[in-house]
Amino acid sequence: MWVPAAAALAFLVLPLAALGVRAPWRTLPQQLLRPEVGEALRLSLVTASLATVVCLVLGVPLAWVLARATFPGRRVLRALVTVPLVLPPVVGGVALLLLLGRRGLVGQYLDSWFGVTLPFTTTAVVIAEAFVAMPFLVITVEGALRGADRRFEDAAATLGASRLTIFRRVTLPLVAPGVTAGAVLCFARALGEFGATITFAGSFPGVTRTMPIAVYLALETDPEAAIVLSLVLLAVSVLVLVSLRDRWVAGAAT
Amino acid sequence: MSGLRANLAVARGGFTLDADLDVAPGQVVGLLGPNGAGKSTALGALAGLVPLTRGRVVLDGTCLDDAGRTVVPVERRGVGMVFQDYLLFPHLSALDNVAFGLRSRGVGRREAACRAHAWLERVGLDDLAPARPRELSGGQAQRVALARALVTDPGLLLLDEPLAALDASTRLDVRADLRRHLGEFAGCTVLVTHDPLDAMSLADVLVVVESGRVVQRGTPPEIARAPRSQYAARLVGLNLYRGSSAGTRVALPGGGVLECADERQGEVFCALAPHAVTLHATRPQTSARNVWQGRVAGMEQHASTVRVVVRGEPDVLADVTAGTVADLGLGPGSPVWVRVEAREVHSYPV
Repeated sequence: MWVPAAAALAFLVLPLAALGVRAPWRTLPQQLLRPEVGEALRLSLVTASLATVVCLVLGVPLAWVLARATFPGRRVLRALVTVPLVLPPVVGGVALLLLLGRRGLVGQYLDSWFGVTLPFTTTAVVIAEAFVAMPFLVITVEGALRGADRRFEDAAATLGASRLTIFRRVTLPLVAPGVTAGAVLCFARALGEFGATITFAGSFPGVTRTMPIAVYLALETDPEAAIVLSLVLLAVSVLVLVSLRDRWVAGAAT
Repeated sequence: MSGLRANLAVARGGFTLDADLDVAPGQVVGLLGPNGAGKSTALGALAGLVPLTRGRVVLDGTCLDDAGRTVVPVERRGVGMVFQDYLLFPHLSALDNVAFGLRSRGVGRREAACRAHAWLERVGLDDLAPARPRELSGGQAQRVALARALVTDPGLLLLDEPLAALDASTRLDVRADLRRHLGEFAGCTVLVTHDPLDAMSLADVLVVVESGRVVQRGTPPEIARAPRSQYAARLVGLNLYRGSSAGTRVALPGGGVLECADERQGEVFCALAPHAVTLHATRPQTSARNVWQGRVAGMEQHASTVRVVVRGEPDVLADVTAGTVADLGLGPGSPVWVRVEAREVHSYPV
């Protein structure tokens, strides 16, 4: 067992080591200060944050419904929610185009009634990222809600709290570690999103060219820049992982 | 204030609870019964957490539940509840836990904090106001839970095994405090417990529930003197038999005859205390009329006495000294003679 385990570890770690070895450490500061890098990083952070907010606002209620409500078809609904998790992101991008594109099912009305066209805008980036990342949040929060002791909600009800008050003052604080973990996972997934974004939002510098897309494009023209951008993404991922671990430890302690 | 009148019928799966409960204002009614008897279901039905299948709940003239027709939801019942493991909100301080009910009912932040402080002071925990529940001892958590339930001035207070989670040493203090607070409480109280001492010391009236049915109700002394089920008899530490009486002789259906102190006709219960039973190696030469032979089926040390389970006609529990056990060389399976004076056996009609 040890040999294949070591091979697996090498398989996972060596590519990252290669990234470190081939990085142009001497020119790193200049590379980092290049406007394209800063632009892509800023765009990525802003869109991933917005996508996380969208996922929180819509995903937490969805998780609540999945965890608490009993209605026919709940299992089907749950399966539907997890589809983006296993769907190739490119397919997600195509699907979003077909729905929200200029000629899309809903998109054509957005265009003709409101003059709104979503594809190839920053909004499209947020939508694509939220589409791909939301299941991570929903599944995590649903698990936390299922694990929470519902009798605390009974206790709150005997104290005169309405459903909304119970959710806001009891349920949500009890599952806060789960919500945080879900949001961090969601953010990490949104940050790395490539397939759905490039399909639905394209690659316009400063508008839709996020870090992963910038890495991919730079690899052909400017490999050094690609390595630098990859390092930045790696650093952000490690940061996310560390924060997640701390949250989970804190969550287990309360 | 006219108190609580409840006729509770709840069917859940294969289990049905069917019990009537009347509680006068200021009165404490103890629901006593073995695990699974339906005590907690009864509390849940009163609180509104468990819907009634039949029956109704009326509190101080207001109908809270009419088997689903007019149902006042939990949050508008004005019922205070102390849960077995207290269920203090772990993310809120003791003060915020106590203030929760007031805030939920729309009391302003400052007034709620002020009233919560007053209640924490009343239960002697004002200095622990900023503490989180996990920093509280069991006894402190119980007091906070009581304050949380009482701060909103409920018409009905429900206590679910309020002392069960405490260790023996804190239990005594907390029980005494609880008794004082219940004495000051003007509303109705329903207390669920399976601990006879809690029931006897806290309740004005006891209702014994078994398998979803009320098998006996009465004041604690009444139940201690004349239990009407094996469960109640075990709680108060008596041997209980049921048989048919002719004069002072009671014939037991399982075999055996008991001579009693009281003269009755027809179906009766007979109760006798284990300490009134004496055990002998040979047939005792005595004027006592209750003498029979049996075998030791088990022994258990209780403080300074040994409780001996004797199988015979009838079976009996005897409390004897360790010295007696040694003198008679008692062990499982030992043959033994049982003797009880007739004046120690009390009979009462079924």
